[in-house]
Amino acid sequence: MSRTLALRGGTIIDSTGTRRSDVVVGPDGTVLAVGPGLDADDSLDASGCVVAPGFVDLHVHLREPGREEAEMIESGARGAALGGFTAVLAMPNTTPTVDCAPMVTEVLELGRNTACDVRTSGAITVGRKGKALAPMAEMVRAGVRLFTDDGSGVQDDRLMRTALEYAGSLSHLTGGRPIVLAQHCEVEALSEGGLMHEGRVSSSLGIPGQPAEAEELMVMRDIAMSRLTGGRIHFQHLSTAGSVAMVRAAKAAGLPVTAEATTHHFTLVDGCCASFDPVFKVHPPLRPDADVQAIKQGLADGTIDAIATDHAPHTSHDKDRTFADAPPGMLGLETAFALANTELDLPIEDILALMSWRPAAIAGLDPTHGGPIVVGGAANIVVLDPEMEWVVSGEAMASRSVNTPYEGRKVKGKVRHTILRGQPVVVDGDAQR
Amino acid sequence: MTNDTKHLLSIADLDRDAIEQILNLTESFAEVGERPIPKVPALRGKTIAWLFYEDSTRTRLSFETAAKRLSADTMNFSVSSSSVSKGESLRDTVATIEAMGIDGVVVRHKDAGAPHRISEWVDASVINAGDGWNQHPTQTLLDLHTARTHLGDLDGRRVALVGDIKHSRVARSNVHGFTQMGAEVTLVAPRTLLPADLDDWPVEVTHDLDSVIEESDICYLLRMQLERQEQSYVPTLREFHNEWGLDSRRASKLPPHALIMHPGPMNRGVEIDGSVADLPNAVMAEQVTSGVAVRMAVLFLLLGSGLDLVDEKVAAA
Repeated sequence: MSRTLALRGGTIIDSTGTRRSDVVVGPDGTVLAVGPGLDADDSLDASGCVVAPGFVDLHVHLREPGREEAEMIESGARGAALGGFTAVLAMPNTTPTVDCAPMVTEVLELGRNTACDVRTSGAITVGRKGKALAPMAEMVRAGVRLFTDDGSGVQDDRLMRTALEYAGSLSHLTGGRPIVLAQHCEVEALSEGGLMHEGRVSSSLGIPGQPAEAEELMVMRDIAMSRLTGGRIHFQHLSTAGSVAMVRAAKAAGLPVTAEATTHHFTLVDGCCASFDPVFKVHPPLRPDADVQAIKQGLADGTIDAIATDHAPHTSHDKDRTFADAPPGMLGLETAFALANTELDLPIEDILALMSWRPAAIAGLDPTHGGPIVVGGAANIVVLDPEMEWVVSGEAMASRSVNTPYEGRKVKGKVRHTILRGQPVVVDGDAQR
Repeated sequence: MTNDTKHLLSIADLDRDAIEQILNLTESFAEVGERPIPKVPALRGKTIAWLFYEDSTRTRLSFETAAKRLSADTMNFSVSSSSVSKGESLRDTVATIEAMGIDGVVVRHKDAGAPHRISEWVDASVINAGDGWNQHPTQTLLDLHTARTHLGDLDGRRVALVGDIKHSRVARSNVHGFTQMGAEVTLVAPRTLLPADLDDWPVEVTHDLDSVIEESDICYLLRMQLERQEQSYVPTLREFHNEWGLDSRRASKLPPHALIMHPGPMNRGVEIDGSVADLPNAVMAEQVTSGVAVRMAVLFLLLGSGLDLVDEKVAAA
């Protein structure tokens, strides 16, 4: 365990720029040396590869506690490492809900010594029921920096205002870093019963739809709430052109808002649902191509700050049902980089920013994650082969579930090695933990 | 439908030739129904399972009668929706049925796409007997058969499809079926009862029933689910009846040859006046009769030995 490790022959890309250089990391979890021709006790080949700060996923469902048959923190963390993530932020919609300090501590404890730095969000409201504020201060003291009722949005306007004002009163507990309220934007009065995007495809299939406006009305409200309270809001899984336009305008107006988009919302369309296969059922739903293009534009112009996965494992037992009967959600951790690399017409520097240092900053994890690769910096690093082609297979994934919507899809870009706290957790595409 | 067609999931799977083929075969099987012993051995030794996740007395009886007239064996897997809501997955249920050895499964389900999913999991032929708001292909075939019997060729005929289009599998099927056969379909409903986006639909749309009634060859009324009032799709059923129901005043404006059709069960006094439902040109009973012959044709084509043997078998029987 006390051995040093050299990553040799790669090109470093981080938030400070690009350079051909070797990297040596140490057992203390830091970068020991950066430069040409370095050697160490052990070495990994990085020739032809990009060496970058590890990815940070702002949005994963690890299902533990409560639904361990679908995923466990350990298996989810392994999948994350295989996907190049050195940190993931678990959503609080477990059973029971992560809405108090003991639950936060339990999740963090289960994540210790896994293949990834597992952090957790906390619920905004008790039981995610949208009725009463959860004890945010005790959860902040236990390590939470981002709160969300993900799975549903906070419907009550007054409660959302209160949550923003209260969260804004807790930054003395975090050394001045803002507490973030993240919103799953969905007005339930309008979305209720809707299983996919309401439009041409849903009308033809006879699958009940939910309109884009169900998301957009809550984006609009929360922008107003941010203006009212000065509160820090992060928009989760934006999926519509209207949402992107509103967030762009809010940022231009100087409001403290950020946003993420999932890989599936820029790679899949509502037409996928014509198969009636609930592997394509997800909330917010897959949208038409015009929305997909708007998401890509938002990622390109900085309106959307981060690519998240919304990794949502479900057992085959739960997905081998009708579209209506099956739960929403799809796997994402092991395909995110490849899909971004394949489908986004962006320089790799921009993709790395969207997957590493910008989400790290939103989660309050920088510079431990996402920070520049410099001597003394944290050794949380991913080594990527951007040219390698491979075919997606759910069975081959580390997840306990197989519900990938990309089965059989050929993609380009593979995670070769992942280094967590100076230790190799993925070597040549194989998990070490 | 050809020899290699295995399932009937959607009317959109059928082109005009295929539909005509089924309707022509339906004529032959209708004749079987008029015999003293209305039974042929065409599907002897074949087993058909009924997988009805949603109550449907008339469709099920119609399929059962059709199967019996073809001498098929049948198995019943009626499942009440409450008992499956948290129980085994659809795939597990279907695997159980298939393990018993079946040649065909006739599926009715409250969810769109259930038969499509099942067709991915079984070797047997899957026949859609109505899935959610999506499709009800044998209903469409029996409607086309009934319409052709009275009106002949449907090319250029005008069909007013009236009422709750949004929640109707019959509407989605019939729009395809009637336009495929050359008819022109107009949807008649308030915006609240229309699908959100009709750009892909080969139809005209109006909110005004009176504006199309005089030019309609078929006035096809859809069943209005009584809970739509509670869900505020319409303020009251009375108002719906006044604006979009076929009352005797409107019925009197139909051309003399025009047909009044309804998939059943009817809500007299809501989408149709009781007196109108009993008019001579209201052909609901014929629709039901056609249903048996149409379903015989479908079962025979999918489960029987193939199209080229049709004439021979029916003749021999």
